[in-house]
Amino acid sequence: MKKKSVKFLGLILAMTLTAALMTGCGETTEATTEAAAETTETAEVATEAVEETAEVVEEAAVEEVTVEGSISMAGSTSMEKLANAIAETFMEKYPSVTVTAEFTGSSAGIESLTAGSVDIGNASRELKDSEVTAGAVQNIVAIDGIAVVVDTANTVTGLTKEQLVGIYTGEIKNWSEVGGADQAIVVIGREAGSGTRGAFEELLEIEDLCVYSNEIDSTGAVLAKVASTAGSIGYVSLDVVDETVIALALDEVEPTVENIKAGNYFLSRPFVMATLGEISAQSEAVQALFTYLASDEGKQLIETVGLITVD
Amino acid sequence: MKAQNFSIMGSNKTKSAVEKVAQWVFTFCALCAVFAVFSITAYMIINGTPALAKVGVTDILFGTVWKPTAGEPSYGILYVILTSITGTALAIFMGVPIGVMTAVFLAEAAPKKLAKLVKPAVELLAGIPSIIYGLLGLMILNPLVYKIETFLFKDSETHQFTGGSNLISAVIVLAIMILPTVINISESALRAVPKQYKEASLAVGASHMQTIFKVMIPAAKSGIITAIVLGVGRAIGEAMAISLVSGSVVNFPLPFNSVRFLTTAIVSEMGYAADTHREVLFTIGLVLFVFIMLINVVMTRVLKGGAGNES
Repeated sequence: MKKKSVKFLGLILAMTLTAALMTGCGETTEATTEAAAETTETAEVATEAVEETAEVVEEAAVEEVTVEGSISMAGSTSMEKLANAIAETFMEKYPSVTVTAEFTGSSAGIESLTAGSVDIGNASRELKDSEVTAGAVQNIVAIDGIAVVVDTANTVTGLTKEQLVGIYTGEIKNWSEVGGADQAIVVIGREAGSGTRGAFEELLEIEDLCVYSNEIDSTGAVLAKVASTAGSIGYVSLDVVDETVIALALDEVEPTVENIKAGNYFLSRPFVMATLGEISAQSEAVQALFTYLASDEGKQLIETVGLITVD
Repeated sequence: MKAQNFSIMGSNKTKSAVEKVAQWVFTFCALCAVFAVFSITAYMIINGTPALAKVGVTDILFGTVWKPTAGEPSYGILYVILTSITGTALAIFMGVPIGVMTAVFLAEAAPKKLAKLVKPAVELLAGIPSIIYGLLGLMILNPLVYKIETFLFKDSETHQFTGGSNLISAVIVLAIMILPTVINISESALRAVPKQYKEASLAVGASHMQTIFKVMIPAAKSGIITAIVLGVGRAIGEAMAISLVSGSVVNFPLPFNSVRFLTTAIVSEMGYAADTHREVLFTIGLVLFVFIMLINVVMTRVLKGGAGNES
């Protein structure tokens, strides 16, 4: 009899705990379950980190808020830094809003948007005509430069546009032909659906002509590969460039924010946060997000991340 | 304690009820497995054939150009198929001899102390998740292979340098991955050889090594072939580990070329594929499925043929 009652007690306890967990999380659980179902590994980690920050901040924040709900974003891996920064600061400002982001690639993000599974689709390129006809509205929130990077052991500091085209179409195969050491060039790029690749090839007018030796799935992985492979060259979003690689000057213009704003550095592309329909037709939370991005606070955030604001 | 009555016929009804229920439960479980296999086969066929009709069987299976996102998309997966076949074959050629020799070592030739060291090591190897192999390949193997590549193709005009991410790196990773499977099963097979065979062989004057190679290994043939089949299954189905080390560009499978396998082709593009592209990816899945079925059938025939000859 005693054993039976202990078992029964244990069962009741377990059920109570589960019920408490369910009610405690409420909307957040639903939103994250949806997001998690479509997420890649990177996104899951990002979402968890963002959630934790939100929970901590929720306890500390005392602000009076009228905006609540959830915003889901999906898309470009180049926009990961920006998306995470926006999510964090926006949730700090409006604790009742949950912002989640997945990083599946620009084309996949816009597809999710037009399919109706996310609120905002991130693309690191301009929208295609087919995407606009499907209902996506292009909202450019920042300008990003594409930096061409090489490993730190490389002596080359700059290339002309023609040399860059030559390297990526496979005509120039050795660094000695462009002023470097006698070393073969390992051409690294992104996979076919990448916004960075689309923008890079379009700006250089070498679509479908590129000959890659490695097609890697994310901006971060390209950076890591270039940093660890001597003689390699790759293109990444300007905001992820760090000391492990050297960003080349193109046509003698350094890839800096000032040069991009002045229009001198030609490898730049828009960061688009597309919505299905105009911003004014979106939910309150989404509208608040875009208002925030257009405000001074938002512009400062964009600049902290290393991007260029749109005036 | 109450005296318990035992009667042979007494609990007849309960017993036969239990028997019947148990029968149903076992049949149900078995049917689950059968149902799973049938539904997977049906799903793959249903989803894999539309693209064959749309694009054309010869265009997909025998075309060599894979450009799914180009203006004029081309979906030729011949090189991808060849890469999977070549990669698996090479991995088997490298891994099986080492595996079988290790099994022989463990079962027959090892001094007790060394066996104590090697056996747990092999079992640990079996438990390592495949992505770890991929990471180690990326960090240790790629730079090594790159060094070899630079040495071998120093004076080559036409070779496209891959920075170490090529077929040979993937093959080495696959060979290491199938080792534990092959070793464990081969060792069991060798231990299962009746002692009389070994004793008879030694009694007629054969040396230990002659006994092992001419008597025991042929006697354990069916077990070793099972080990090879399982090894092939693992090698042909591996996606994550080799996606990090193989370069992911569709090329003819030469050792120092950046290549794409059937599995990595699906992994790297499923995220953003649309319409026809997506359907072609399912066709690739179908091709993979057919390959595995074929290998299993062929190997089982060889097994049966071998066993038939013996008796």
